[in-house]
Amino acid sequence: MSELTSNDTAPRRIPDRLGSPLRARLLSWEMLLLAVAVAIFIANSLASPYFLDAWSLSDLTFNFTEKALIALAMALLIISGEIDLSVASIIALSSTLMGMAVQYGVGTPGLVAIGIGTGLLCGAFNGLLVTRLGLPSIVVTIGTMSLFRGISFIILGDGVYKGYPSSFGFFGQGYVWWVISFELALFLVTAAIYFFVLHKTSFGRRIFAIGNNHVAAQFSGLRVGQIKFVLFCLTGLMSGIAAVLLTSRLGSTRPAIAQGWELEVITMVVLGGVSILGGAGGILGVVIAAFIMGLMTFGLGLLNVPGIVMSIFTGMLLIIVIALPILFRRLRNAKPA
Amino acid sequence: MTDVAKSDDASASHPAVAPLLTLRGISKSFPGVRALDQVSLEIYPGQVTALIGENGAGKSTLVKILTGIYQPDAGEIAIDGTPVELGSPHRAALQGITAIHQETVLFDEISVAENIFLGHAPRTRLGFIDWRALRRRAREVLGAMGAGHISPDTRLKELSIANKHLVGVARALSIDARIVIMDEPTAALSYKEIGELFTLIEMLKADGKGILFISHKFDEIYRIADRYAVFRDGQRVGAGPLPETPQAEIVKMMVGRSVDQIYPKHAATPGDVVLKVDDLSHPTEFDGIRFELRRGEILGFYGLVGAGRSEVMQALFGLTRTSRGSIELDGQVIAPRSPADAVDAGIVYVPEERGKQGVVLGLPIFENVSLPSLKRTSRHGVLRLKEEFDLARAYTERLDLRASSLSQDVGTLSGGNQQKVVIAKWLATGPKVIILDEPTKGIDIGSKAAVHQFMGELVAQGLAVIMVSSELPEVMGMSDRIVVMREGRMVTLLDNKNLSAEALVSAAAGIRGDEA
Repeated sequence: MSELTSNDTAPRRIPDRLGSPLRARLLSWEMLLLAVAVAIFIANSLASPYFLDAWSLSDLTFNFTEKALIALAMALLIISGEIDLSVASIIALSSTLMGMAVQYGVGTPGLVAIGIGTGLLCGAFNGLLVTRLGLPSIVVTIGTMSLFRGISFIILGDGVYKGYPSSFGFFGQGYVWWVISFELALFLVTAAIYFFVLHKTSFGRRIFAIGNNHVAAQFSGLRVGQIKFVLFCLTGLMSGIAAVLLTSRLGSTRPAIAQGWELEVITMVVLGGVSILGGAGGILGVVIAAFIMGLMTFGLGLLNVPGIVMSIFTGMLLIIVIALPILFRRLRNAKPA
Repeated sequence: MTDVAKSDDASASHPAVAPLLTLRGISKSFPGVRALDQVSLEIYPGQVTALIGENGAGKSTLVKILTGIYQPDAGEIAIDGTPVELGSPHRAALQGITAIHQETVLFDEISVAENIFLGHAPRTRLGFIDWRALRRRAREVLGAMGAGHISPDTRLKELSIANKHLVGVARALSIDARIVIMDEPTAALSYKEIGELFTLIEMLKADGKGILFISHKFDEIYRIADRYAVFRDGQRVGAGPLPETPQAEIVKMMVGRSVDQIYPKHAATPGDVVLKVDDLSHPTEFDGIRFELRRGEILGFYGLVGAGRSEVMQALFGLTRTSRGSIELDGQVIAPRSPADAVDAGIVYVPEERGKQGVVLGLPIFENVSLPSLKRTSRHGVLRLKEEFDLARAYTERLDLRASSLSQDVGTLSGGNQQKVVIAKWLATGPKVIILDEPTKGIDIGSKAAVHQFMGELVAQGLAVIMVSSELPEVMGMSDRIVVMREGRMVTLLDNKNLSAEALVSAAAGIRGDEA
């Protein structure tokens, strides 16, 4: 339809927005996270004299970069109202297939392609089950979580794959400049891309709409299934990339590789301010949350806290960050308007 | 009529029996709507009282009050002359009120016997459920109803809808309910099953129970009811003994209001055919739908709830698949497989369920408006906020949207303003055909007028509009032509000239005869 014309009475002009967006930004969840990150940073530097060292800070980043890469895609998926619990198992399967390829003499480029390709296929498989069959993603990916890792166990038993070519070691062990590792550089660049996609493109806008109300999104002419499918593929792809990095860093593959990572990835996303119910969140928060998790793990390590306690910590953190926004909302609603 | 001579005599003119249930001055309001306004109603023992009214007349609200789901804002409910409080569904059940709904509120996964005795199962001395007594008594109740063919051990989900109704009635008998509410019990039944249900109702009558029977079908009402009460816009506009009151009089009460709202009469100069629907059919919901829609025309779709109007619209919008027939848009055959396809072709749909399907609550106004137009407002997939704000402002201001800013969460708007956002969203896509499903349902008078006004402007600019509405004044005030649907079929297509409300209602309710 062409321009609608009716100017007999000039309608009231509705402003774009009220109040300055700057002030809203200062009071945001991201700022809170940043404050927490700074606090943990200071606590760490007080707790250990070895903490404030360029190389030890660089080592710290290896604690989270691989998980955080997955968290970027997972954030998009959770905002759209879905979830993928199979990411750690995708790493196991990708890593196992890479290890198998090594036995047939496949070189580094081939290994990378296999690792990433496997991740992408696994993500596509999840996506197909969810969007084509209309199954809930939590059920589908609990299933594929067992399936993917199960295949690794069948192939590998309790064995181990080794003998990765030395050039393959660069991805998980190399540095691009001084103390900046390849992993960290890759994470920062990828995070920038995800930020742009989620917050600055129409694709990102559609993700938010779907997460808020997928029925209304569909009724608004959005191809909901297609978009969700892409998001599952992206999550699989990022898991494949993480598999390449992790395998390269460890130099070996066991079927129990990356066990339990799905929880840490999801904790990162939720801590980053993404609503577990979908529809809200941002990449910046996830990036800060990744650093917080890394700092915390490292700090607890400095204090010689055993791994099992750390997983208790992660679990508590997950519950707290899910409960906090809900409590927050209740408190605000309790106040008279 | 029945062997209960006493009440039979009474129902003929002035009931000498005291009413079983009396409602006095019942009022109930929801935000923006007065659903019931000072309503009175009597239900007599051994009689069927038919509750009649258009959609939105307040019947469902009344049923919910009687079953303890809603609490009235004002008024008194008395059983046998004693005031009672129906504070919860449980309390209502204790007072002997039970309801059999359109969709039964029984439980599919448990047995017939358990459904009948749920909540009041016979117990053993140790307090456990006495399964043998349960089954025996279930068999007795069913047998007494002449429904001995239903085994107490069958899972409910294996029964037909008719048999589920029988179980519902058995439940009513087993809890010794004195007042049985039947909310469109025949909606999904075959002719034979309806007959069986009516035999049962006669049994309940003979048993002295008071029955409130809600139906849109006049033939049934005349067949079974002793008395009637007509509701309109939340008020009781008439009541009396039934067989003596002619249909025409009741229809007049139902639609009685004058078309008091002033509908903007658009200068309709229908142009060429935009949309041509031929023999469109669905496996279960509708069959043989056939109409043409012209540019600059408003085509109304009238019918009862469940007549299949929304389903037809959703098929045009690519939400449901059709089994037969064709859709032609501007001379080209289209087969939309998703709303995205339909929007691309130029058909847009303003759904009835505004909050669930129309707006994305939680997103700001401008993002809601631009959602289907993102391809246009972005460049190479990158958002351009200025374009979005301009687009949103252009269309929302034309609809006289009341909002403090375009970044306001759409969920904070009133229903009427949300509807304006939905309409703005679609106009921004430049559609050829806009389908409005109950466009003014549940919105305030002011917004209603704005929506009506705007529909007039749209057709004046050559857009083709389909409007589904259950509101008679709206259909008659806005449409150029009206399709009447009943039970999934097109009953007729009427030219909206010198059309009487009675004729329209009669066609929709399936009343034959000369009064139509």
